Amino acid sequence: MLLIRLFETEMQRLFLRGEVHGTTHLCAGQEAVPVGVCSALEPDDYLAGTYRGHGHALAKGTDPDALLAEMLGRATGVCGGRAGSMNVIDVDHGLVGCFGIVGGSVAAATGAALTAKQQGRVAVAMFGDGATNQGYFHECLNFAKVLSLPAVYVCENNFYGEFTPMLKVTAGGDIAARAVPFGIPAVTIDGNDLWAVREAALEAVERARSGEGPTLLECQTYRHHGHSKADPAKYRPPEEVEQWLARDPLNVTRRRLADLGISEQELADADAAIKARIERAVEHALAAPYPDPAAESASEFAP
Amino acid sequence: MTADTTLEFRAAIREAIIEEMERDESVVFFGEDVAAEQGGVFAVTPGIQELFGAERVFDTPISELAITGAAFGAAATGLRPVIEIMFGDFMGLSMDSLVNQSAKYWYLSNEQRSVPLVVRSAVGGGGRFGAIHSQTHATWFQGVPGLKIAFPSSPAEAKGLLKGAIRDDNPVIFLEHKRLYSVKGPVDDVPDSADGAIPLGRARIARAGKDVTIASAGKGVSDALAAAAVLAGENIEAEVIDLRTLRPLDLDTVLGSVSHTNRLLAVEEGPATGGWAAGLLGLIAEHGLHDLDDAWLLTTGELPIPYSPTLEDAFIPGADAITAAVRERAGVAAAR
Repeated sequence: MLLIRLFETEMQRLFLRGEVHGTTHLCAGQEAVPVGVCSALEPDDYLAGTYRGHGHALAKGTDPDALLAEMLGRATGVCGGRAGSMNVIDVDHGLVGCFGIVGGSVAAATGAALTAKQQGRVAVAMFGDGATNQGYFHECLNFAKVLSLPAVYVCENNFYGEFTPMLKVTAGGDIAARAVPFGIPAVTIDGNDLWAVREAALEAVERARSGEGPTLLECQTYRHHGHSKADPAKYRPPEEVEQWLARDPLNVTRRRLADLGISEQELADADAAIKARIERAVEHALAAPYPDPAAESASEFAP
Repeated sequence: MTADTTLEFRAAIREAIIEEMERDESVVFFGEDVAAEQGGVFAVTPGIQELFGAERVFDTPISELAITGAAFGAAATGLRPVIEIMFGDFMGLSMDSLVNQSAKYWYLSNEQRSVPLVVRSAVGGGGRFGAIHSQTHATWFQGVPGLKIAFPSSPAEAKGLLKGAIRDDNPVIFLEHKRLYSVKGPVDDVPDSADGAIPLGRARIARAGKDVTIASAGKGVSDALAAAAVLAGENIEAEVIDLRTLRPLDLDTVLGSVSHTNRLLAVEEGPATGGWAAGLLGLIAEHGLHDLDDAWLLTTGELPIPYSPTLEDAFIPGADAITAAVRERAGVAAAR
């Protein structure tokens, strides 16, 4: 979780320095969701993430060096600089992709679940509250249920679809309840509680793997930043932001770890190691070359 | 297979699916009503589920977004899905998954993995199905790098191109003209094929001629061949090119033909604006202007496809329209 947080802090800094191009969507504040979900998966299970996907990729195992270099458009990026922040794909780590269209991950994971079913694996879709108003969400949940696919649908409900409050644009206002008419088990979870996410994910993954079909997890969380780099997020009431910052998932996790007997020193050592890891990734990425258009030998089609 | 096999176009499609499913266990086939007893609304795929089981062949909800999205996700993780989107007109609902997910995956992933899927659809007018069940959606996808578009013209071509499409490692939009489904033809001798599969991207000369080149695809090829037979009686020898795939376009074959006919007519069942035929003329002008005495289009008008038989027949360019177009514009020149 700290790796994701520090990665996003670096994204913020490098964006302002002009090293991250176009735009980027930070997931700081939402780290417990992908980390809790991926802790319940095997390495060869599939995950499809979103354009707010740095946490999805890191939690699934993407190398921080390769991810950071991708953000900077460098040749050493996980996609050679071709994909950028919103479209990361890492086949070796089961990351089917991060998808720039809201709801795209839901379809990708549903399809991956067709393959997973033959392999005894599981496919997970990460998506936001906004995606639950897309056709992809409704069509794919129905599709997965009637075919009894081993899929887990994980909604990161951060209560805002871009600049608009979720409750204003989501009929009924209850995302987990949307699974009920499909006959899909669903649960609403405190998405800032790593243990709660993990426990629910373990149950959903077990259900999928044992052939009992899909599950919807609504993980309630909050993004610390705006929607994208173009958004200062002034539409959110300060007291609401304060309340969520007080429940920063990193602090929630630290307190829990302390309760479990992890010492201050052990936590500090882990912090230092992760900080050094990110610093190294930044250093490597900044030193890496940009792809050379003259040397680029892209082929439109696979041979 | 026994020699001299004559099959309907629809049966040739069915054979191609069965043979490729036998050959490769990763091929799966799904869509609306495809596993039902009749085998889809055009009765193309009866009995395939019985052969391969419900894990590999299954009916889906009427849910084009989910069907195409699921095909993408399955193809990106190792299966080779063949899906049916019943009418090409419904592909508007499949657009995001094909254009933004499937088509870009090979490039964006830095060639980590490609997306081998085939999307079969019935296309074309003349069936009195009206404006929203008669379109040929090829041009909606014409400008999307990463997609291939195949449009067979006969039973043999349908079988060979579909087998080629299923073996291709890229997403392929496969067009089946609904007025070809009942056409019969020999399928034992598929031209230019390896193991019965035609590799995508190569046009073929369907008839040789010296006076004018007629380039088309799908049903347009059989119309052009019918027109060429009539024109031959008037001493006009038309060369007919079956483009086979609209993306990638085999420019070399067309340029080679134009280099000795010096005239090119491109026939498309669709509007001229933004169509593949207009694109072909533009590219031939760019690369072969020195060989051209004339180049023109025969397309539909810039209107939705009408329902009434009199209106629809007048709207769609068939063999008579091709004959008249060549006679009018190339006839005098050819007679010289």
